[in-house]
Amino acid sequence: MAEVLLEAAGVVKRFAGVLALDGVSLQLGGGEVHGLVGENGAGKSTLIKILTGVHQPDEGEVRHLGRPVRFATPLEAQQAGISTIYQEINLVPLLSVARNLFLGHEPLNRLGLIDSARLHRQAREVLGRYGLDIDVTRELRTLGVGTQQMVAIVRALTTGEARVVIMDEPTSALEPREVDTLFRVVDQLRGEGVALLYVSHRLDELYRICQRITVLRDGRMVHTGPIAELPRLKLVATMLGRDLTDVRERGLTQLEGGHVAAAAPVLTAEHLTRLHVLDDVSLTVRPGEVVGLAGLLGAGRSETLRAIAGADPLDAGGVSVGGTRVRGGSTKAAIAAGIALLPEDRKAEGIIPNLSIRDNIVLAALPRLSRAGLVSDRRADELVATFMKRLQIKASGPDQKVGELSGGNQQKVLLARWLCMEPRVLLLDEPTRGIDVGAKAEVQALVDELAEQGLGVVLVSSDLEEVVEGADRVVVLRDGAVSGTVEGDDITEDRVLALLATEGGGRDG
Amino acid sequence: MAEATAGVGSGRRSLPAGWLQDYGVYVGLALLVLVNALFTPNFLSLTSARVQLIQVAPVLLVALGLALVIGTEGIDISVGSIMALAAAVIPLYLGYGFAVALAAALLVGALAGAFNGFLVAFVGVQPIVATLALLVGGRGLALVIANGQLKQVRNETLLALGNGDVLGIPVPILLTAVVALAVGFVVRRSTFGRQVVAIGGNRAAAALGGLPVRRVLLGVYVISGVLAALSGVVTTARLTASDPRAIGDLIELEAITAVVVGGTPLTGGRVRVLATVAGAILMQLIRAALIANNFPDSIARIVQAAIIVAAVLLQRRAS
Repeated sequence: MAEVLLEAAGVVKRFAGVLALDGVSLQLGGGEVHGLVGENGAGKSTLIKILTGVHQPDEGEVRHLGRPVRFATPLEAQQAGISTIYQEINLVPLLSVARNLFLGHEPLNRLGLIDSARLHRQAREVLGRYGLDIDVTRELRTLGVGTQQMVAIVRALTTGEARVVIMDEPTSALEPREVDTLFRVVDQLRGEGVALLYVSHRLDELYRICQRITVLRDGRMVHTGPIAELPRLKLVATMLGRDLTDVRERGLTQLEGGHVAAAAPVLTAEHLTRLHVLDDVSLTVRPGEVVGLAGLLGAGRSETLRAIAGADPLDAGGVSVGGTRVRGGSTKAAIAAGIALLPEDRKAEGIIPNLSIRDNIVLAALPRLSRAGLVSDRRADELVATFMKRLQIKASGPDQKVGELSGGNQQKVLLARWLCMEPRVLLLDEPTRGIDVGAKAEVQALVDELAEQGLGVVLVSSDLEEVVEGADRVVVLRDGAVSGTVEGDDITEDRVLALLATEGGGRDG
Repeated sequence: MAEATAGVGSGRRSLPAGWLQDYGVYVGLALLVLVNALFTPNFLSLTSARVQLIQVAPVLLVALGLALVIGTEGIDISVGSIMALAAAVIPLYLGYGFAVALAAALLVGALAGAFNGFLVAFVGVQPIVATLALLVGGRGLALVIANGQLKQVRNETLLALGNGDVLGIPVPILLTAVVALAVGFVVRRSTFGRQVVAIGGNRAAAALGGLPVRRVLLGVYVISGVLAALSGVVTTARLTASDPRAIGDLIELEAITAVVVGGTPLTGGRVRVLATVAGAILMQLIRAALIANNFPDSIARIVQAAIIVAAVLLQRRAS
């Protein structure tokens, strides 16, 4: 291994008596991308926070260039050349790209004012250094999420000479093309001798860019070594602490597919049209069927789901449940008809972080738990207890705030919110995004189970594996229109990819 | 329970700050009473308690409505002007009897609140801007209605509302207590109350959850308007005069202070009724205590400002 730039040695960390890290050691070598994987609660975030000075280790130590260090604050770590890039973009949306890049240390002219000419020139320079062609005068908010993320990354790299870069799921909001750009930057940094720690749930990415990998489970390091020596299935099995043959038999996802569906559709969406967004999208779902919606970012997957759920208005077209027309543009009407939507952005549109698990679960069910405008606490408690148990929501109790739960458990709370409405159609928009492998498997198994019980399910996932393994029928969208449908045994990654990539889709590469 | 709370900050020791945010207002109130019991003459007397509580009643009525509005991540700065509108309307209808005048005043409050709520919920105007319109325009309208004049009121029932007793308890105190209990009940037990905090906590999620977001928003502004009008009626009764020029002037700031000092975050998602009551009483007592000890009013204001800053700092640390 190359020179070790940053190292954790036998780090132990406890929170309120609970062991979060139990003697974890990790070495980040210059010119290497080191993958870090594990379920939520395995200790990944804690380890990152210890390396970057957010937390202090209870036992063991952090060594920087071979010397023991104690970073008291994240700023100290940053000054020592350790940059961290988080999932969320911490930039100012109303300022230009250039201003964001140099926020806090803008080039000034003799009057002490910002020297725009120099600012823009320097901004173009640093972006160019990473092969990025972005208009530096544009307001950040007018750019796509992926581009914003790239700006954030370049900012983190240029603020202080970064020798160690830690990336915490940087690709969760990126399109494939943007991921390529990011990986080019990663490669370049590696070539410059930077040490990278890369946290991701996406196995493809790990195998694409990492040289070494460390697996954490329950606060302990269960594997570390070159990634080439650890096959995919073994990695998943190690992460989950499960038997390899079990994983091999059942595939990487818990989705089974091949459900027996009834003949009459439970959901019929006809000619959904919205200017510039949806172009005559039709879709039927039968009870017990999982219909996958595939498409690139911006193809109209989420928009289709939102239209069906009454969250967005339509210019033309309509939705029927069980043959009865649903009033359009009203979430209330859609919910009453038995449609449930698990939104794509769990934090922004799903959970209410400051409210308890109980209040989050019963949110949509409030009217049916109420008589004369008063909520029956007893009935609410029963309902909450039932679903916390059924979905195995891990929490200190129904009073815990949802904001304190892991992503997987938050997602289960949202599922519970909808399941207690006894829906007939479940629209799932990225149900497993950003949740750990264990919770992912649980959610996938649940989706299967629900379909078996006769729910109609529409599944949107950027994880192609999920769509291919889980869906009985895949509808492929492109530019807001249906570009093809694949059914049964024809559902393979190749077929779906081919439909994604034909003609119009080819334009994007 | 202690453990569950300790887990909140996940590492950063936020237990004291979180605890202080929740209970600081009660601790402050208890300390204040204790210190004054020792140093301020006649502080603990029944007469003095009555006076303080009667004085705080109008602010508290307004603050209780505001707490609901703030719970939805909104604000209503027009409450003082709504008080003026209600006060201006009373003399016009007092000839038909107290009940008619009261109903007219409350109706005006409801209409004003509906105006605010319509702008916020249906037009999508920011709450502070929407209610700013009525803050400015409402008092103007009140002065037009009242012809710019102060009018004495002589209706006995109305005057009893401001100065009477029931079972030895002054009517304004009784009325405010009833309203506080009602608002508390609504927040805790009603569907509407749950929807208020859900909308304040995450409006997009509430909308996707099929909640009647617009109706609830309209509702909280109407309630705020009605309670402001009620406060206007009580104040008019206390003054024995309808004075649309001065009534409720800057009361929106006092009411917001009570809510904030009580630990309700301005970012919504939470409504703390009892703490708002404590917050209003705390601010009232501080002022009274300083004045009783011969500090000038200017000092009282500065101390009040310090308490607001402290309350805000506590909230920041906790979040």
